[in-house]
Amino acid sequence: MRRILNYFLMRVLLTIPMLFVLLTLVFVVLRVMPGDPVSAMLGGHAPEYVIQQKKAELGLNKPIFEQYIDYLGQLAHGDLGNSMIFVERVSHPIAQRLPATIELTLFGLIVTLGIGIPLGVRASRKRRTAQDFGIRFYANIVYCIPVFWMGLILQMVFGVLLPIFPIAGRVGARIISSDFDRTGFYVLDTLMKGNFADLGDVLMHLVLPAFTLGITLSGVFVRLTRANMLDVLKSDYVLASRARGVPERRVVYKHALKNALIPIVTMLGLQFSALLAGAILTETTFSWPGMGRLLLERIYLRDYPTVQGVIIVYALFVSVVSLIVDIVYAIIDPRVQL
Amino acid sequence: MNATSGGREIRAAKYSPAGAVAALFRRFSEAARRYRIEWWILVAGVVVIAAIVTMTLFPHLFTHFRPEDMNAGPQMKPPSAAHLMGTDNLGRDVWSRIVYGAQTILGVAIAASLASALIGIPLGLVSGFSGGFGDKVISLIMDSIYSFPGLILAIAFAAMLGPGVINITVAVAVVYVPTYFRLVRGQTLSIKQELYVEAANAIGARRPTVLAKYIFPNVIATVVVVFSLNIADAIMTEAALSYIGLGLPAGIPDWGMDLSMGKKFLPSGVWWMITYPGLMIMILALGFTMLGEGLSEILNPRLQEY
Repeated sequence: MRRILNYFLMRVLLTIPMLFVLLTLVFVVLRVMPGDPVSAMLGGHAPEYVIQQKKAELGLNKPIFEQYIDYLGQLAHGDLGNSMIFVERVSHPIAQRLPATIELTLFGLIVTLGIGIPLGVRASRKRRTAQDFGIRFYANIVYCIPVFWMGLILQMVFGVLLPIFPIAGRVGARIISSDFDRTGFYVLDTLMKGNFADLGDVLMHLVLPAFTLGITLSGVFVRLTRANMLDVLKSDYVLASRARGVPERRVVYKHALKNALIPIVTMLGLQFSALLAGAILTETTFSWPGMGRLLLERIYLRDYPTVQGVIIVYALFVSVVSLIVDIVYAIIDPRVQL
Repeated sequence: MNATSGGREIRAAKYSPAGAVAALFRRFSEAARRYRIEWWILVAGVVVIAAIVTMTLFPHLFTHFRPEDMNAGPQMKPPSAAHLMGTDNLGRDVWSRIVYGAQTILGVAIAASLASALIGIPLGLVSGFSGGFGDKVISLIMDSIYSFPGLILAIAFAAMLGPGVINITVAVAVVYVPTYFRLVRGQTLSIKQELYVEAANAIGARRPTVLAKYIFPNVIATVVVVFSLNIADAIMTEAALSYIGLGLPAGIPDWGMDLSMGKKFLPSGVWWMITYPGLMIMILALGFTMLGEGLSEILNPRLQEY
């Protein structure tokens, strides 16, 4: 336990330089951009003195370096600052949007693994047969499908041609948003209230976005599962359990898959940033009110603090997930020295 | 050249472009015999890429409509004999927009991958070879960028630079520099330990010579594979940026932009505006993926995935 705790602390410390690098990059990039929040807010017709006054108010007339130091000082207190466009704390829209993104990525992940692992196992058992080639073909095709196109195709087939699922938003128009003020995770909120009609509606809205994200990423996991299963199925202990007469299903799913899963867990951490990137595009396609939409909206408005805040939260999200993955890895594989 | 006096091993250790090409040729003809499926994957990739490259070079052979011609046909009509892929909301021919749009996406993807490679490879070589504090700092920066979702950075850069072909190329290129850096640095670190590099050092070869003649040729095989896969990835990033609306000024035909336009008319059942541009993005990306996969099986048989 102490071992894991030490490792945990070290990993947390290691994410700080990463955050710092990204933050600096984004801070500079934003300020080098043509356009600024004041002209985005006031339009091109405001008199010069008004613009200058507003800039002074927001601290934009200071040298970039000074602004940077101020911002870091603020961050050190755990404060993301105020929006430059709207009268709100940066943390406010983020807190509103983050659950939507987490919900989407989580369900997308479930679909990815739900498709990727069984197909990969199947392909490895039927190695070099038509089924194997079929599954590998699927994996390669799916890998090359742009997420947003997958979204549009699913919308077209299951939303327009066969109007089964809704194609935009997180809930239908008839549901009032005050139903969702507990956690912001709509699935959880409706479950906690025991409102199953609304839960059904929320889930219906989740189906297409989750499958969009899940199918496109499943290819990677098919290939990885297949390769690892092939390795494991060759090993002596699999042969031994077969010799003992353990049923084939049990050998494959219980004995072999358990060990094949270890590298898959690692891959999960690495693929997570691909999942987040896919989520931005899925949010755009499905008008999903998540962090990706927030980022795009605020980049157009040149709302520096909010954009920086969103990037920080994304970076934190990635590091937290990779931390969790590493710890899970250490727990399931006792050979790993942390 | 001591071609007559030297044995086979000595000549093999010497790096000459002609020899490398000959060796590559031998390897390919051998591969065609040994890995039949992998070979056909490679060939399929080359065929797809060649077809689309031809399309970019001689667009007028493929269509007689201009991509910006709003009088090409009636507005928003499904595919017919006159318009193979239908017409869009402005009466433009969808197929002609696909033919001309190939130039944009292919050009940006190749240019961006080249730019990333040209920055990432030397940086990785020098950083891995020299080590020390500089190496640590550069690695930290590269790892930070690498672990972060690339699309988000590309969005930030594309928004900063504004629309334009060169700007979008830069935005895409930034994302992939760490890919090359990490690959080349890792390889350099392990090759640095090899006996022949030690031998080169021992006979007093200068550092640039060691890097260029002993390390670089051994790194390049993997880089070629990654380059091809990288183009596939860059194709999708370019398409994503212009789909979001951050890529190109209006007027340049582009598959991603056409997709986002088609999205608006999807609810009224206009399926052809989104089907074809997306299909083309997939086919093009698939072409480069197949090329990369095939090359990887043939150039690095050790990495074979059974």
